Amino acid sequence: MRLPFCIGCMELIRSDKLVFEYVRRDKNGEVDGFVRAIDEVSLEINQGDFIAVLGPNGSGKSTLAKHLNSILRPTEGTLYIDGMDSADSDKIWDIRSTVGMVFQNPENQMIGTIVEEDVAFAPENLGIEPREIEERVKESLITVEMLGHRKASPSKLSGGQKQRVAIAGVLAMHPKCIVLDEPTAMLDPVGRKEVIRAIRALNDVENITIILITHNMEEVIYADRIYVMNKGRMVMSGTPREVFSKPEELEENHLAVPVVTRLAHELRKAGMNIPEGILTRKELCEAICRS
Amino acid sequence: MIRDITLGQYYPTESVLHRLDPRVKLWGTLLYVMSLFLFQSFAGYIVASVFLVSLIIMSHVPVKFMLRGLKAVFVILAVTAVLNVFMTPGRVLVSFWKIKITIEGLRTAAFMVIRLVFLITGSSIMTLTTTPSDLTDGLEKGLGWLKIFRVPVHEIAMMMSIALTFIPVLLEETDRIMKAQQARGADFESGNIIRRAKALVPILVPLFVSAFRRANDLAIAMESRCYRGGEGRTKLNPLKYAMRDYAAHGVLLAYLAAIIAVAVIF
Amino acid sequence: MQIIVNHIDHIYNPGTVFEKKALSDVTFKAEDGEYIGLVGHTGSGKSTLALHLNGLMKPTSGGIYYDGVDIASEGYDLRSLRGKVGLVFQYPEHQLFEEDVFTDVCFGPKNLGLEPEETEQRAYESLKAVGIDDDRFYVSPFDLSGGEKRRAAIAGVLAMKPEVLVLDEPCAGLDPQGREEILSIADSLHEMLGITVIIISHSMDDLAEHVERMLVMHEGKLVMDGPAREVFMHREELESMGLAVPEAQAVLSDLKKMGLPVRDDLITIDEARREILRVFGRQA
Repeated sequence: MRLPFCIGCMELIRSDKLVFEYVRRDKNGEVDGFVRAIDEVSLEINQGDFIAVLGPNGSGKSTLAKHLNSILRPTEGTLYIDGMDSADSDKIWDIRSTVGMVFQNPENQMIGTIVEEDVAFAPENLGIEPREIEERVKESLITVEMLGHRKASPSKLSGGQKQRVAIAGVLAMHPKCIVLDEPTAMLDPVGRKEVIRAIRALNDVENITIILITHNMEEVIYADRIYVMNKGRMVMSGTPREVFSKPEELEENHLAVPVVTRLAHELRKAGMNIPEGILTRKELCEAICRS
Repeated sequence: MIRDITLGQYYPTESVLHRLDPRVKLWGTLLYVMSLFLFQSFAGYIVASVFLVSLIIMSHVPVKFMLRGLKAVFVILAVTAVLNVFMTPGRVLVSFWKIKITIEGLRTAAFMVIRLVFLITGSSIMTLTTTPSDLTDGLEKGLGWLKIFRVPVHEIAMMMSIALTFIPVLLEETDRIMKAQQARGADFESGNIIRRAKALVPILVPLFVSAFRRANDLAIAMESRCYRGGEGRTKLNPLKYAMRDYAAHGVLLAYLAAIIAVAVIF
Repeated sequence: MQIIVNHIDHIYNPGTVFEKKALSDVTFKAEDGEYIGLVGHTGSGKSTLALHLNGLMKPTSGGIYYDGVDIASEGYDLRSLRGKVGLVFQYPEHQLFEEDVFTDVCFGPKNLGLEPEETEQRAYESLKAVGIDDDRFYVSPFDLSGGEKRRAAIAGVLAMKPEVLVLDEPCAGLDPQGREEILSIADSLHEMLGITVIIISHSMDDLAEHVERMLVMHEGKLVMDGPAREVFMHREELESMGLAVPEAQAVLSDLKKMGLPVRDDLITIDEARREILRVFGRQA
């Protein structure tokens, strides 16, 4: 039997011409047509990668996220998660504990009435022994620096803290990959920083694959690779430097580059000797001083 | 007003009652409520009072906090009292125009009010000393035998626990939507009942929409964290009887014996 | 319409253990047609202040005056005040409720007791002002896209023809294009209609590109008030409050620290670009 990809490579996710269509109905409930939310998307993600998926509202990025954890199944094409076919309904629980999801609204994903119960929810569902659950809850809360709040009620936490608890709740499943669907969209700048710092630490220290879906450009400069989606298609991909070197192309896809990158780009256009794809303020200042 | 209702609220502090197994507290409350309706005599009320007062002391919940809960049901208490005072036939004590106050009426009214106060305070002791999640755990495990009769005990407990988590969220949301519609000139305070009911539409529609959206989000979040019903689920802190729970059962038995004794003797 | 906020305090749950001072001695004055950014860390009291501006909350002490009249005075018509001071809440699309967009926008003017003709006229103008096309007027508000919903909700407030418009985090959750659409609507309301616009936001970059004056709240107090340019000069102070300065200005002030002779009181990307090019002797 030929496996869809080789064993031993660190490949975690591979999709080939993934398509997702849903039926659109008119006011009377009659079928009005099909909507292609994802249009022939091919992806390859390795264990330990930090991937960012960018795209305007309605570009299909959240729909793609829901496929990665088998909440939605492909209409056409294939999607393999850690060697498991996402269309195989026997594998659904294995896939869901391999790829964890964190969603946008922190209030709508809290299940427990206190923090540690919420974190314990997934391992409880997996039927893990109480002592082991306790262990996992503790280590997950330590990882996101929330152990001090283990007995707190989620409603008393700030947005950034709630989102970190949500991340801990996923970590307690010991996943290989975490997909975060606009985790900072509802947070203030302090909360954003907390969450991004926690995500980066997971990737650096625990080598967990991160797939960050966002339209906040400042958050993606640390990613290993960026995919840009628009109208269900994968329209750009590359390292942050490569993608941000094309501000005009990003704008065509209703996105914008970070302020620093834009300033660098315009200075370069005006004739200054500044390299393409500058990402941080420090880089820009140094480039200006050198020129 | 909503903040005044202590029934159903949890008061975080440290006490023996807080540490008791929720199942014991559930059975205890049930027993206590039943005992209130068994008593007909003065002696019975003394037994119930002693029991209640010692529970209040043991709970470490400030009495003031508990009594605040009664403020919310004051109207019910007053109506009960008035109805009983005027409606009970018997030996007339005072009479004017068509209204008669009887000795029996006063007696029944006093007993009814005491009964209600005891009932509310007694059951609020349970909720004040038990976190909502313990309470649902207790229900799930304590009523687990109902599964034989196809009662979806786990699902009911899960629903209760989610409802409890979302009550504060939805209350806050209601407040926000109300203010937003007021900012668009909506008026919830004037006009007759029909007008006021109509004025609620701009609050209720967005509230329902939001509740459904939240429900949908939560369902996806639960599924993605491998939730598939109660089958095969374990617990972070499984309920287990400790010595104090057996001791509490002993106390409850003693109380039961006392009730029966009082009922037989008086 | 002139606004005077005179030494207002607001205390939540006074006299209980939950007592919390949300506003403390806040004083400022805004003249007709100003364009103001209101910033502060979460919990700094900026949203509470917004609720005071149209009388949805009353100060515990101090007073608010519109054109010299105290809004707490006997017989002041609060309902007409809500017409004059429009308040757009965070995620305003969550308050849409009618069967179609147009009827929803009519809700505000109808509440003001206007004639149906005038109401519809205003609804039409407002929807046009936020860039909603005619063919979207009679669809359910729940079928609009995220950005359209937000704009329709803003139209619902605009239809009351406010003289002051307060927008609480109007761009939250929108993609870059959606953000730009909302901010350009705010710009045109300020420029074309001369409305006083107050934007509450966390994004200093957005504010730097749009507003003229900045109010900074911290722990219930109004700690800075002045032209945006001057307020952003206090970088260390702002950062100690958990706030930032616009990225363009941060670049300039970093360059200055590195020894380049640049001005650091410029805040927009375009200004920064010109300034850097000036120093390097190139024409912009």
